[in-house]
Order: sequence, then C-alpha cells, then structure tokens
Amino acid sequence: MTLWAGVLLASALVFSWKLLGHLIPERFVQNPSIRSLAALLTVAMLAGLVGIQTFVSAEGITLDARAAALAVAAVLFYLRVPFIFVVIAAAAVASLLRMCL
Amino acid sequence: MPSEAQSVKAISFGVGFATGLYGISFGALSVAAGLDFWQTMALSLLMFSGGSQFAFVGVFATGAGVVPAVLSAWLLGVRNGFYAIRLAPVMSLSGILKPVGAQLTIDESNAVSLSQEPDIAKQRQGFWLTGIAVFIFWNLLTAVGALLGSAIGNPADWGLDAAAGAAFLGLIWPRLKESKLLLLAVVSAFTATYLSSFVPAGIPVLLTAGVAVIFWIIELLGKSK
Repeated sequence: MTLWAGVLLASALVFSWKLLGHLIPERFVQNPSIRSLAALLTVAMLAGLVGIQTFVSAEGITLDARAAALAVAAVLFYLRVPFIFVVIAAAAVASLLRMCL
Repeated sequence: MPSEAQSVKAISFGVGFATGLYGISFGALSVAAGLDFWQTMALSLLMFSGGSQFAFVGVFATGAGVVPAVLSAWLLGVRNGFYAIRLAPVMSLSGILKPVGAQLTIDESNAVSLSQEPDIAKQRQGFWLTGIAVFIFWNLLTAVGALLGSAIGNPADWGLDAAAGAAFLGLIWPRLKESKLLLLAVVSAFTATYLSSFVPAGIPVLLTAGVAVIFWIIELLGKSK
C-alpha cells in the first residue's frame, strides 16, 4: 500500500466510525442506560488518554516533566483557572523543568 | 472549563486554540516521520482526529509500514463512534449536516457538549463552536508545524506533549465531581497506562471501554435491586 493510499483509507475508516454513531436509530440511543454507557465510555477513554499522554513514552512507563505539568494543571483546574491558561501553564512547567534538569 | 460561569463561546475558543497549538507538534512530527506537507494536511483535514493522526504517523515513524499505521488509526478512531452515539439524540442532525457533524465529532467537541449537560441548546452550541474552532486552528497550525518542520526542533522542548494531557484532564474535570466518575477516571487512566507496556499503541485507550462497561453493569445491577 502506498503512503497516500494509507492516508486516504485510514481517513475514510475513521470517518466511518463517526458517521456510524450518528446513523444508529434514535430509539436505540434514547434508551437511558445506553446514554449512560456512552457517557461512561467518554470519561473512561479521555481519562485513558490523560494517562497515556502523561506517563507513557517510547521507553515505556515514565515519570517525567509531564507528570509535574499534569499535577500543576489539576491544582489550577481546582482553583477554577480558565482552561486556556491552565494548558499554557502545563506546557510552560514541562518546558521549564526540561530546561533545568 | 472549571467554571460554569464561563460562556460556551469562551470555552469553545479556548479548547480550539489549545488543541490547535498541539497541531503544531502534529505537523512537525508528521513531516519528521516521513510524510510530505500535503499528506500531513490530508490527515488533519480528512481524518481530523488527533489520537488517530498521532497513531498513524507514530506507527509509520517506527518503520512498521503503512498497514499497521492504518489499523492503529482506525482502532483509535472507534471512540469517535461512541461520542457520535451520545451526540446523535442531542444534535438530531439531518441532511448535509449529518456528515458535517460526523466529521466534527471528536474528543473536544463531545467533551465540551457533555460539560453543558443537561441544557440541550448549550450542548449543541458547544458541539458546533468547539468542532469548528478546533477544525480551523488544528488545520492552520498543522500547516505551520509542517512548514516549520525541523525548525521548531523537538515539540517536547516546548512542553506541547504535556499540554495535551492537561487539556484532556480539563475536558473531563467537571464530570469528576461525581465520585463514581472520578473513580472511573482514575481506574481508566491507570489501566491504559499499565497496559501500554503489553499491547500496541492505540489499544490501551480502547481497553478502557471495558472498564466503562464494568462500571455500567454495576450501575444497572444497582438500579434493578
């Protein structure tokens, strides 16, 4: 498979998931327990992403500047600091730690 | 979005901008992985799902070839289908808006929409504004990243990798007030992190779906009593 074919095929496959979810009959998804499952899945997968993006590197599970940045972000979210400032602060913390260490 | 007082517009713009910044690192990493400028842009415009895009170029960069790159992008894209299932009854899309809305069904648009529950109008506004904002910033800054290429150096030097984790944490933050969801989030983050040592990239996040299903079954059993 050429790289271009792979790019287009993978894009079509990802889009098919998105469209499929919107095409499933409404009576099925209006079931409260199905909606509850969809909400649980969202929280679980996003939390999974937080774990992967914070603690996993090419070398395996690591505790590095990203963990400190996430801890700072959690404190700032707790203090109700606006989203964009928290994200910038997290990037700054990781960047500064890497410069100093 | 720690404060409910913040308007949906401000949240959407903030999420779009923050995610867009991460697009710089995607553009730079994609070119570094061996994709050209237009292949990189095709991924951001057509695939438009950060996790799947990073998986595609990340797996391709390891020299694994095109097919594993396609498969990992596809698997990681599954969660967009779950988001779409949640969004479908909220959005009630028809005609041309259905494929357009489908393309904008991503982590961020779903999360902002979810954070506006139970207000339907705000959930819809959050979905569209965030989806469009992310699409614009993500593609613009992917282009910037791809053009800067090696000039930006290592995206990690700028802390862009840490920004992503903070952004996803912020998206689920309002839900974590509920102790059951907090427990689910902690267990899921731990599970995905732990499993990353044993299974290929992209799979651990999918397996957190199993954790959600276990919580769901416990919830159903509790209700039936």
